[in-house]
Amino acid sequence: MATEKKTIFSPELAARFDKLVTLYPMRRSALVPMLLYAQDEVGYISKEVVAEVAERLGLRENDVESVLSYYSMLRTKPAGKYNVQVCTNISCMLRDGYGILEHCKKRLGIDHKEVTADGLFSLEEVECIGACCWAPAIQVNYDFYDELTPEKMDQILDDYKAGRGKETV
Amino acid sequence: MPRLVSHPDEVKITSRRFGLGATDIEKYIALDGYKAVQAAIAKGPEWIIAEMKASGLRGRGGAGFPTGLKWSFVPKQSEKPKYVLVNGDESEPGTCKDHLIFLYDPHAVIEGTMIAGIAIGAKLGFIYLRGEYRYLLKIMEKAVADAYAKGFLGKNIFGSGIDFDVVTQTGAGAYEVGEESALMESLEGKRGVPRIKPPFPAVVGLYGGPTVINNAETIASVPHIMLMGGEAYAKLGTERNGGTRLFGISGHVERPGVYELPMGYNLKKAIYDVAGGIRGGKKLKAVVPGGSSTPVMTADEIDVGLDFDQMGKAGTMLGSGGIVVLDETVCIVEFALRTIQFYQHESCGWCIPCREGTDWLKKSIGRLHAGGAVDKDIDNIRYLAENMLGRTFCPLGDAAAMPTIGFVQKFRKEFEDHLNGKGCPYKHAREEEAALV
Amino acid sequence: MADVTFTVDGKKLTAPAGTLLIEACKAAGIEVPAFCYYPHLAVQAACRMCTVRLEKVPKLQTACTTPVTEGMVVYTDTDEVRQARKATIELLLGNHPLDCPVCDKGGECELQDMTFKYGAGESKYVEIKQHRDEQQWSPVVYYDRPRCILCYRCVAVCGAGMDVWALAVESRGARSVIAPNGSDHLNCEECGMCIDICPVGALTSDTYRYHTRPWEMNHVATVCTHCGDGCKTTLGVRTAADGSEIIRGNNRDKSGMNGDFLCIKGRYAFDFANHTERLTKPLVRQADGKLAPVSWEEALDFAARGLREARDAKGGKAIGVIGSNRTTNEENYLLQKFARSVLGTNNIDHHRTADYAAFAAALKGHAGREASLRDFVTAPAILLLGNDPTEQHPALAWQLRTNVRLNHARIYVANHRDIKLRRQAKAAVTLPQTGYAQFVEYLAGKDGAFKGDDATAAFRNAVKKEESLLIAFGSEFRGRDIQALVAFGLSLPNVKFACLGDYANSRGAADMGVLPDLLPGYVPVDKAAQFAGEYGNSLPAEPGLDLVQMFDAAGRGELAAMYVVGANPVARYGIDAAALKDTFLVVQDMFLTETAVLADVVFPAANLYEKAGTVTNTYGDLQLVKKAADKAGTRADFELIVRLAEKMGAAPKSMVPFGRGVRADVGQTRGAQSGEADRHAVWLVAHHLELKLSPFDPFAIFDEIQRLVPAYNVPRLNLLAGNDEHLKSELVQIDTGATRRDMVLPANDGLYTSGTLGNYSAKLKEVLASHTTVTKPAETAAD
Repeated sequence: MATEKKTIFSPELAARFDKLVTLYPMRRSALVPMLLYAQDEVGYISKEVVAEVAERLGLRENDVESVLSYYSMLRTKPAGKYNVQVCTNISCMLRDGYGILEHCKKRLGIDHKEVTADGLFSLEEVECIGACCWAPAIQVNYDFYDELTPEKMDQILDDYKAGRGKETV
Repeated sequence: MPRLVSHPDEVKITSRRFGLGATDIEKYIALDGYKAVQAAIAKGPEWIIAEMKASGLRGRGGAGFPTGLKWSFVPKQSEKPKYVLVNGDESEPGTCKDHLIFLYDPHAVIEGTMIAGIAIGAKLGFIYLRGEYRYLLKIMEKAVADAYAKGFLGKNIFGSGIDFDVVTQTGAGAYEVGEESALMESLEGKRGVPRIKPPFPAVVGLYGGPTVINNAETIASVPHIMLMGGEAYAKLGTERNGGTRLFGISGHVERPGVYELPMGYNLKKAIYDVAGGIRGGKKLKAVVPGGSSTPVMTADEIDVGLDFDQMGKAGTMLGSGGIVVLDETVCIVEFALRTIQFYQHESCGWCIPCREGTDWLKKSIGRLHAGGAVDKDIDNIRYLAENMLGRTFCPLGDAAAMPTIGFVQKFRKEFEDHLNGKGCPYKHAREEEAALV
Repeated sequence: MADVTFTVDGKKLTAPAGTLLIEACKAAGIEVPAFCYYPHLAVQAACRMCTVRLEKVPKLQTACTTPVTEGMVVYTDTDEVRQARKATIELLLGNHPLDCPVCDKGGECELQDMTFKYGAGESKYVEIKQHRDEQQWSPVVYYDRPRCILCYRCVAVCGAGMDVWALAVESRGARSVIAPNGSDHLNCEECGMCIDICPVGALTSDTYRYHTRPWEMNHVATVCTHCGDGCKTTLGVRTAADGSEIIRGNNRDKSGMNGDFLCIKGRYAFDFANHTERLTKPLVRQADGKLAPVSWEEALDFAARGLREARDAKGGKAIGVIGSNRTTNEENYLLQKFARSVLGTNNIDHHRTADYAAFAAALKGHAGREASLRDFVTAPAILLLGNDPTEQHPALAWQLRTNVRLNHARIYVANHRDIKLRRQAKAAVTLPQTGYAQFVEYLAGKDGAFKGDDATAAFRNAVKKEESLLIAFGSEFRGRDIQALVAFGLSLPNVKFACLGDYANSRGAADMGVLPDLLPGYVPVDKAAQFAGEYGNSLPAEPGLDLVQMFDAAGRGELAAMYVVGANPVARYGIDAAALKDTFLVVQDMFLTETAVLADVVFPAANLYEKAGTVTNTYGDLQLVKKAADKAGTRADFELIVRLAEKMGAAPKSMVPFGRGVRADVGQTRGAQSGEADRHAVWLVAHHLELKLSPFDPFAIFDEIQRLVPAYNVPRLNLLAGNDEHLKSELVQIDTGATRRDMVLPANDGLYTSGTLGNYSAKLKEVLASHTTVTKPAETAAD
């Protein structure tokens, strides 16, 4: 059935969702990945995203909201284009993760979960990201940067500002 | 890119292809890839499980349950389809070993999944990575696509008449999903709240079907066990602790990194020889030996073999193999606070003792550290932690309580130093130092 | 399952294998506390209160998730266990606001009780509590987040129980909250089950919050006055200046057929009783044409004179009587006795919402074929034809959902609408609105009767394969259609039926002979011999006028007088006021309804919550109603009928055989020598029942009903104890059913309406308005 569906997503993402739901024995299994991919495209989980994802999976909207509010990477407000996530958990803390966080706060002029005025960067203190042996480490969106110093941090931010940063999606 | 390290004491089995370009399927094949699964197909499920039992491999996620035994619990006949689920939701602070497996040897995970599937009679395997590992998911996705292109996955694999499919996906940020039943909930598109057990996943798991769920390192070790034989693998380690393990040594050491050491390897040697000792010649204060949930060890407790039983005897746990090393400059209260802060953030909230206990502990330890403590606080912190222990719905409560009890027990003096409005002596020292500069 | 033997606290116990330990303990009188566990609904192991020590198991285990096994040794009350429970409570109380002095739940709070029992007396918590403001989620539901202990019972009852799914957990850890589906409000059925099931004061109801304390109320378990299901509702009443007022309705007494269930009407729609427009003085139309308050004596004299004059001048045929759907069986019985033996007329009818007479006729000669409301929660299979129970019979809908959830019952739905219960149905067929009779023919094997497809054929095959089946049908079926349906049903093995009608005592009105052609027990009016002893020999033998015919007669000037008890036919049937201009009209009601306003005399009547007696739900379950509230200035319909009869010259004792037999003898003068009868009297008083001291005692009439209507001759004590008794329907004998005129007018009430009564429930109207408001896009000011 090739009925034209109204969607708020790009044709590529819509096609990806169509495929995704077929991979699992139960459609709703696609929920968590779908929310993440939708967030990547839309920037955050808007009401519209909730509505369409719910509709695609045959779920109630409050069911979707209940699930999305559980996962810390899913957000219901926009973040910066580059979301700088600084790990301060134990291994990073021991190697000055907090120093990196403070440095980012100063450099970007924003606090935890805030967005720069130009919308380019947002900052988040996060829990362990699985880079303990290469601490201190951060992620900018999905890309890892490790064994950081304030100087390396500056370089990374400069690169993103100049549009030279990595962009894994 | 995470830095690879090396040390002569290492016995590289699971990590033998790291850095050799094995993400490329041809290279993987050249490095004995996909031989193990063919052997497994040829010799059949009973042989696989026998070899796994002989290998003495115990779950590398942290609980250390014998893998072969776990697989043998799956009923042979089942009305519902069976599944293999690979737990790559690596989230225990101090742990980053699976990160390297996905990065450098993705096909080993696929091959291990297939072997597990053949062993239990599953036709579908899921590889679930934590949400932060998107770039690793891309590597896994490509590896899976390459394996399909080669005909290694899909219908009639290796002409065996067996079908096997693999689906990869990530979570979206939740430590709790590392708990096996919570992982299944998440994969079914729900909140990562654990399930009531029994029934155990081997009987009623994903979508109600019998499910084998293993840590990614466990699964990646399977092809090697098939090739070298269970007994040979077992011999690498100690009694009831077969083989080798990826130990991630982080914190205040000279050469942090992930090292593959035989089970039973001495912890002190691991820190001082393998990882190059304490950074800057400082004194060792404490070691958190197996991820943040394992009880802390003092500097004079670390002359012990790294296996499940010896660490248990030493009053702690081998855990996830993430060894976090603390030198003399660390404030234990601050460290305890950062640890409980994590568990407070990650508690799913389902049960009362964990939800309320982690929150209360975080507030109390935070106040103590900030200098607002009252006399009963230290006893209270211990009381709270002891009353969470063993009482929660899932092990997360224990994971928060155990280290807290350990910190108070072994470093009570440091807690007392924070009492009576004094706050953190280390912070004051750092501030004085900064003021001098 | 086979029984196993195990030991709890040294006691040897036996229970079927697989029984949950918490239930096995409860059955043996050993209390294992729990917040999150709720029988048959929620097994969650979340609160950890029910932890117990099992021998040979390293950790404490939750009794709510542990099935008993042979040889299991359990300790539920050791120091270790008590400490675990104490610690859990300490953890809960950390953030709990401890505003018990003003909390609605204070006094009946599970957290309070457990804190008391497990002694978390000292507060170790010195941190700042997380405060969040209280939220109003709907016209009836409030949520006080800090009080919430996150037991998730509300989520379970709303989802699995109600199939509404309006509540969910949001966020995680210590930030977890219960969230409504409309983000800041609820889109739901407003049943209030979440409030009832909340162990603490986190969910509170608008009607009760901050009104009183639980210990200041009397709790009276009686029967809801709204729909035909007959749910037990517990009314909390408190002394007021003008009697006693109802403050709360809930399901505190869960012994009713409704089990855990109560809908919005049973819970909140008691407020009509406290309505400011309640009539509290008799009214008589004056020379100026206006109704004015007069004394009771004057009003009764005036009414009796009018009725007597009409009877004496024009005969009984010129008088009409209209009974009620909400008065008791005793009142209905008495009303028709009054009509027939005092007014001398068979012109008596009521607003019929189901064709019970045809149903009784169809079942003639078949014993035990009527399904109780209780049967619907255990039956393996149910065929539901027509009706929308979710809206019209909410307790039935609850029973069906529960049965599917717990027993995997198979429900077959045939309906012309997309009713919600289709979600629970194993198979469903959509019929044309007028296609029910044809569909029954099709079910009975006549292929040509209904144009079906493969799914319809599969539906029929599945229904016919059932070895035991309940058939519930709505007002879509009347007369011959009922006969055909029952005939089809009786062709299958082990079938029982339920005829679904509206209102609290529609069934009772029909059973008690508030019909122009049938006496109590569906005895045709020309076969009245058995009634002679009580009614005398001069009963009219010709069937009287039905409700519509009576108004037609009035319009033609042929009806000299009319007596309307607890009914509003003028509004319900759209009667032109002019039709009644020559009719002397006597009305008994709570309010000046569209009918009452036309009357010559209006008596202020008590309602079902203000009197004792019995009612019969639509399934033939007989229950006792107890007097809960009291409104000064009103009188029960029962008393009014007796007084009118007396004023018309009838001896009260012939109307109401009070003081007859052992049961009527209270023996109050015998002092210390008083025996069983006195104890019975004390018991009656303690249970808000009336004594048989006067001609106004409904139980004296109940004696007569039990003598004359065999179906109602059920064990009396069980009924008095507050339990339901299913009628002995096999004793009903009638053969005129299929040929009678179809007078059924379904009420078509939904969850938020209740006939005329609903118009006087402020809460129902408010909820109805909130559910019918169409949300318009917010207009932005032009700038």
